[in-house]
Order: sequence, then structure tokens, then C-alpha cells
Amino acid sequence: MFAILKRELSAYFTSPIGYIYLAVFYFFSGFYFFAYTLLQNTTNLTNVFIMMFTIVTFLIPILTMRLMSEEKKHKTDQALLTAPISLVALVMGKFLAAVLVFAMGVAIMVVFGIVVACFATPDWAVFWGNVVGMLLLGAALIAIGMFISALTENQVIAAIGGFAVGISLALIDSLTSLISVSWLRSVVDNLSFMTRYSDFTQGMLNISNVLFFVSVCAVFVFLTVRVFEKQRWA
Amino acid sequence: MIEVQNLIKLYGSKRAVDDVSFTVKKGEILGFLGPNGAGKSTTMNILTGYLSSTSGTVTIDGKEILEDPIEAKKRIGYLPEHPPLYLDMTVKDYLGFMYDLKKIKLPKKQHIEEICQVVRISDVYDRVIKHLSKGYRQRVGLAQALLGTPDVLILDEPTVGLDPKQIIEIRNLIKSLGEKHTIILSSHILPEVQAICERVIVINKGKIVADDTPDNLSRAMSTDHKLIVRVDGPEAEVYKLLSKIPGMEQVNTLGQREDGVYDYSLEGEKGVDMRREVFKRLAERNWAILGMRSSELSLEDIFLQLTADSAEDTRANLGGEK
Repeated sequence: MFAILKRELSAYFTSPIGYIYLAVFYFFSGFYFFAYTLLQNTTNLTNVFIMMFTIVTFLIPILTMRLMSEEKKHKTDQALLTAPISLVALVMGKFLAAVLVFAMGVAIMVVFGIVVACFATPDWAVFWGNVVGMLLLGAALIAIGMFISALTENQVIAAIGGFAVGISLALIDSLTSLISVSWLRSVVDNLSFMTRYSDFTQGMLNISNVLFFVSVCAVFVFLTVRVFEKQRWA
Repeated sequence: MIEVQNLIKLYGSKRAVDDVSFTVKKGEILGFLGPNGAGKSTTMNILTGYLSSTSGTVTIDGKEILEDPIEAKKRIGYLPEHPPLYLDMTVKDYLGFMYDLKKIKLPKKQHIEEICQVVRISDVYDRVIKHLSKGYRQRVGLAQALLGTPDVLILDEPTVGLDPKQIIEIRNLIKSLGEKHTIILSSHILPEVQAICERVIVINKGKIVADDTPDNLSRAMSTDHKLIVRVDGPEAEVYKLLSKIPGMEQVNTLGQREDGVYDYSLEGEKGVDMRREVFKRLAERNWAILGMRSSELSLEDIFLQLTADSAEDTRANLGGEK
């Protein structure tokens, strides 16, 4: 697993993808930090985290698009699948590599926190809750993106699939009001990434939300493993 | 070392591998021969655990590939048809990654350097794989398979796309590796298999059609004792002389080769060796024999003969591919 993790990390930064992701993440978070925190004369970083939701949904497919599809295209999956490692270790290695690169982006938030702390003490509990929420959101989206990437040999399709899922998840909230069946509405409501994420931004560390994002990760890691299993039997 | 039993692989209703069974002993070099699309690569992919068989078992050194995949895979070095190379890595990084991936315990730097010397890629050690030629890429693929000196090497068309000099190099390399490793290699080039392998399995349309040493195969297939002789002497008289040899059943003139030199094909009774008699009689008349060979079938002929049933299909397929 660590061999794969290491290789994926270096692959992010031998190609421009890792740098582009970080640059875009830093640019937008920096902009929002300036507009919503510095300019407002507040120590509250919550608005920055809320605004980053959309940016994250759009950036994560960039991180995940080549994760699995490229292996298939260049037939390097043959080396991975005939190596003495389990499929779970293979998938987890890739998943963790993407999460780590994502976390490098999120790390800028900590810098913002420190900058604010130079002038006044921010609400650290809320701040760290926000960071945890963003990491969980990212991890869940990465798991979904990785799964989509495993379904195709084409990076572009993987990226577009990732965008489509991300946008749909963001749209869920406007959908719920249109659903008249109450139980169906509550099901869809509970699937909303935005609702669950905004709990974090409001400073609530709800265990059910944490479990929700962790389960999404687990389910899609599992499904990715199944995709590889299925390919062997096809 | 390798035991394959009743391997079947279905792609939909198509039988890519159809009830294939064989065993390979330790230290043996086995050639897998067959036309394109015969099921060679599929079989190899199943042997290495990349694909699962529909039914049947593969055992590597006592470990079943599906039941104990990690232990079985540790014993295999695999060079697939397309070497699984990460083009954006340097040879050094790539081999380092594969070393870690295979969880090898040998001293890392030394081990990788040794293998690079064996396959002669030390001079491109720090180059990015993307910029390497096909021959070098193939060798990097081979180096990757050799990492950890696995007991079993499975090489899918290892010399494809190489220039003649490289082909000879790689063949010699495989031969020398055969002293320590058990090797299965596939090819559709007959002389290659004949040159390297101690044993040949001919596979066609997913089925094994022959399994023997290259020599035995050609011997078993040559039905009658046939000779081809090239003689310097007057055609009609030589013909008459040859026909009179006891046990001779048929003599045919194959035509003039040089000035006054003719080829004859001789077919004797089964089990009669006519070579000495032919020599003596021609020598008495002072007609020089410029060449004599028994017309044993070459592996090429055997191959064509064995796969003849499907010649029609093959032709159709070839048409399709074009």
C-alpha cells in the first residue's frame, strides 16, 4: 500500500495536476479569505469554508480522473494486479494519496487561521471543526471520483462523470423542495452533502455527519475494489 | 512447479481457453506457441492472476492462484504483452516502485543494479521511460519481471518489436535465465521457440494441440523416410540409378539447380535408411553429392499441419484484421 501511495504522490507532482490543483485551491481560498474575513474585519473563517464547497466539488474530479483510468489505458494495472498485494491495499493506497494531496490544499486554511490569530483569537473549536468537515467532504468526493475513474479508460470521461456527480450532489438541496412524498424527501435530504457539510461550518460536530462521510468513503472504496474484481471475471 | 488443470475461460459464449491442462517442472523452459488470438495471452493472464478462469485451477509451487494469491504472485515475475511501464517515471524510480510493490527483501540498490546489468539497461538508468526506444522499454519490462528473482518467469512475446540484434540478445538472456528460473514464454515465431525452449505447447483456438519437445514434434510428424539429394550428374542416369536402390519407393526430380546439378526427392520404405546406399552408388559412378538432407518437417510445417483445421477461420480472421 505504501509503495502505491508513494508512487501516486510523486505522480501528482511529476505531472502538472498536483500543482494546478494546489494553485487553484490556494487562489480561490485566498480570494475568499480576503473578501470574507480580512475585508470584513472578522476572525470568522466560516464563510471561506462555505464558499470552498463549490470549488472543492469542481477540483476533486481533477485529482481523481487519472487515478484508475490511466492504469487501464497504459496497461500498468497488469503490474499492480499481478503483484503480491491485495486489491484493498491497492485501492486504499490510491485513495489515501489523493486525500493527502487534497489535504495539502486544505492546509492553507491553517495558515489563514494563524494569520487571523495574529490579530485576535479566532474560535478555534469552530475552525478545527470546519477543517475536519472539509477533509471529510473531500475524502468522500475523492472516493466517488476514484470509483468513476475505475469505470473508464478515459480521463476526460472520468472527470466529466466526477463533475456531474458533484453538481448533482450540490443540486440535491433544491430538489428536495420539489418532492412531495415525505419519506422520499427525507431520504434525499439526508444524502445532501451540502446540508451535512454546513453543519460543520456552523460549528456542530455531529457524529452522524462524520459517520455519513466515512461511510461514503467506505462504500466507494469497496465498490472500486469490486470493479477490479469484476474485470477479472469478465 | 506450475500445475494447470482443466483451465476454461469463457468470454460470453466464446471459449478463449478450452480445457487446458499442463505441468511445468522446475527449471524447464516451456514455449507457448499459437497463432494470433489462440488464447496464449489469456492463459498467461490467468496464470499470473490478472484474470480469473471460468473454471479450472492454477497452482504455482503448491499455492493456488485464487485461493492464496499473494503467496502465489510472490513467486511469479510477469512480462505482459505490453510492458506495464509508467512512462513519466525514470527507470530508476520505476524499478524502485516495483521493488517496493513486490515487497522484496533483498538489498534494494544492489539488487536493482544487478538486474539492470543483466538486461543491459544500466546506461539508461536515469532516463525517463517515455524517452526510451521500444527495445529498451521491453528490457525495462523484463527487468521488472526479474525483480526479486522469482522462481517462475512468465514472458508474453518477449521479443516482439525488437530489432534482430536485440532479439538474439534477449533470447540468449532468457536461455541463461532458464538455468535458475522456470520459464513460460509465448510466441508466434517458430524459430524462436525452437531456439529457446526445451518443450513446446502448441495452442490453437484455446485448445492444446501438441505438447512435446521441438525435436520430438518434428520427428513424430515426419511420416515417411524422405530424403532430398542434390547430385552433380546426368539427370536421366542418376534417376535410373537411384530408382534401383533396394527399398526405394519413389524418386522424383525436383529440377535443375546449377549447371548439370539436379535435386531429387527420394521416398523409401518405412524404417529403411537409404543414406549410405545412396552415397555408395553415386560414389561408384563418380557423381558428387552436393547436398543431402532428410525432409523432416520443420516446426513451421508442424505448426501449419496442427492448426490446419482452423486454417479457414484464420484466413477469415486475417481478412477481418486488415
